[in-house]
Amino acid sequence: MPGIIETKRLTKIYRMGDIELAALRGVDLVIEPGEFVAVMGASGSGKSTLMNLLGCLDEPTSGEYRLDGLDVAALDRDEYADIRNQKIGFVFQGFNLLARTSALENVELPLLYDRARRIDDPLRAARDALERVGLGDRFDHEPNQLSGGEQQRVAIARALVNQPSIVLADEPTGNLDSRTSIEIMEIFQELNGRGITIILVTHEHDIAHYAGRIIEMRDGVIVGDAPVRDRRDAAIDVAALRRSGGEGKAARP
Amino acid sequence: MIGSFQFKNLMKTAFRSILKNRMRSFLTSLGIIIGVAAVIVMVGIGEGAQKQIQDELASLGTDVMMVFPGASRFGGVSRGAGSWSPFTLSEVEKIREKATALRALSPVVRAGGQVIGGGKNWSTSTYGVDPEYFVARNWDVALGEIFSTRDVINRKKVAILGKTVADELYPSGNPIGERIRIRNVPFVVIGVLKPKGQSSMGQDQDDIIIAPTNTVMYRLQGHPRIDFLIASARSSAEVDAAQEQLRNILREMRKLQDEDADNFNIRTQADLVETAAETARMLTLLLASIAGVSLVVGGIGIMNIMLVSVTERTREIGIRLSIGARSVDVLTQFVTEAVVLSLIGGAIGIALSFAAAFFVNRLSSLEMIINPGTVVLVCFVCVGVGVFFGWYPARKAASLNPVEALRYE
Ligand SMILES: Nc1ncnc2c1ncn2[C@@H]1O[C@H](COP(=O)(O)OP(=O)(O)OP(=O)(O)O)[C@@H](O)[C@H]1O
Ligand SMILES: [Mg+2]
Repeated sequence: MPGIIETKRLTKIYRMGDIELAALRGVDLVIEPGEFVAVMGASGSGKSTLMNLLGCLDEPTSGEYRLDGLDVAALDRDEYADIRNQKIGFVFQGFNLLARTSALENVELPLLYDRARRIDDPLRAARDALERVGLGDRFDHEPNQLSGGEQQRVAIARALVNQPSIVLADEPTGNLDSRTSIEIMEIFQELNGRGITIILVTHEHDIAHYAGRIIEMRDGVIVGDAPVRDRRDAAIDVAALRRSGGEGKAARP
Repeated sequence: MIGSFQFKNLMKTAFRSILKNRMRSFLTSLGIIIGVAAVIVMVGIGEGAQKQIQDELASLGTDVMMVFPGASRFGGVSRGAGSWSPFTLSEVEKIREKATALRALSPVVRAGGQVIGGGKNWSTSTYGVDPEYFVARNWDVALGEIFSTRDVINRKKVAILGKTVADELYPSGNPIGERIRIRNVPFVVIGVLKPKGQSSMGQDQDDIIIAPTNTVMYRLQGHPRIDFLIASARSSAEVDAAQEQLRNILREMRKLQDEDADNFNIRTQADLVETAAETARMLTLLLASIAGVSLVVGGIGIMNIMLVSVTERTREIGIRLSIGARSVDVLTQFVTEAVVLSLIGGAIGIALSFAAAFFVNRLSSLEMIINPGTVVLVCFVCVGVGVFFGWYPARKAASLNPVEALRYE
């Protein structure tokens, strides 16, 4: 089966004046459609850099990258933008919502730039996306009127609204408490269940164990790549948490 | 490419950003507001002046012409040397016989000086004319009567007062039959003229005394010199023909050779008004371009604030880029914002200029006309200013790198 994401010897070198910093030093990676991958690794190991390249936010210094069979290196700036719009949904640690803009309008945003016009009713699509992340009653709330978890769910709805095949999440639970984190993971697992490929960066092992595969990075290269044997089900954990009165962390096995 | 959903969002974003910093936006548009108001007011006053001139042309009749002694290069009333050759009374008589295209012809003799009457003092100009003057100028008395040709020949000391002079000397009462002294010469008032109001040059046309030609010549001036002639054609359509005939008669009478230039110069009322209107037009253009400079200054203000806005909103730009905005989308967004800002300034400026027009027309003798064409043009100029000065900041926003923009604190 061909990978939805295939990279070969992908490198990224940042130049600051005459200092060169190799953030990625040859990443070979194949991710198949429908996978749920967690990327782990120490701070500065190049996780975000890799996500930016995979998400067509930035160009690699060298190497090959095929996205859905498309040779990304051959594309121009506008085509990069279109890929971000059509194929990829981003979720960031800091939510990155527009301030003073309602949840609904934030979610509508990607549809503004949908040149293919695959969605004829933007308002409905935005409502549906918000309902899917459980925010059916928060359409008109602005980011500063929402909790961190709710903001992140708005961001996920925004990532989903254009029906991408890949969702890239860079430490989506980094700013959230553990209970809210598991609720977010429940959403990701649910999306993954519908066939969306998910790549998620995290520092926390228990978060990574909601994924199906864990990639370990160090100094700009992949040093470990293994399926998760004891994969957890976020829905069950959330239910358990609810039963125990919503207190503290999820019960660990 | 832009659908209604996109357009609505573009506007919403622009207004949100502008309203977020109300004071800043207002101060930024101030240059545009002042520029737009100034341009419309200047053009409006210029057009008002032109209209006043044209109205005057209509009221005077287009059939009037004046004949000045001296070549035209000295200007109508210039006292230049050289071919200066004043008209004489016998010339006037000869022209009257021959000039069939003329309806009326009168010499005009000017005398300044003090008038005393009704126990008051007033300084005005006295004009000596023939009765045909009133025909030529299409002017009649409101009270009393006009003197006759016999009065002219007899140098009778009678005077017709302009409205202003009558009001000054006899504020309450009928001046007919009153005795006045012009330069110490006694006259009897036999009439008061109908008011004519201000001329386009701002002169009070009613500040005048009119007396018989010969009276002014011999009793006031003491020498038989005519300052100029005033005439009217049989109709406005015949002005050119009458002018040509008059010219030929004068050249023949003065025995000018073919190579000689005219030693007189005929100006039709239309010429005079055209000259005045042209002057007014030039002035309008000059004032409007000076006012236009403030539009440029306003545009620079917009550019400045847009640059600030782009920096402040780097993160927002990063977010938009990350979800798939193309450079052109970001460019459009910021140019739109600049245009909206400029148009808001323009709208306020237009409103201000309408208020100015109301007060100018109410409270001053100037007339200000705002024509819709100017307003539409100004709106286009505002769009142009917005695009032109918004382009560079928008370009800057559009060329940001998505990753760097997202990392911007
Ligand atoms: N724009 C940049 N300019 C220069 N150096 C950069 C830039 N972005 C990242 N780096 C460097 O590249 C290396 C990898 O950074 P990256 O952000 O990918 O790490 P990370 O694995 O995401 O770390 P963290 O877990 O702290 O988020 C780091 O050493 C970082 O300093
Ligand atoms: Mg990172």
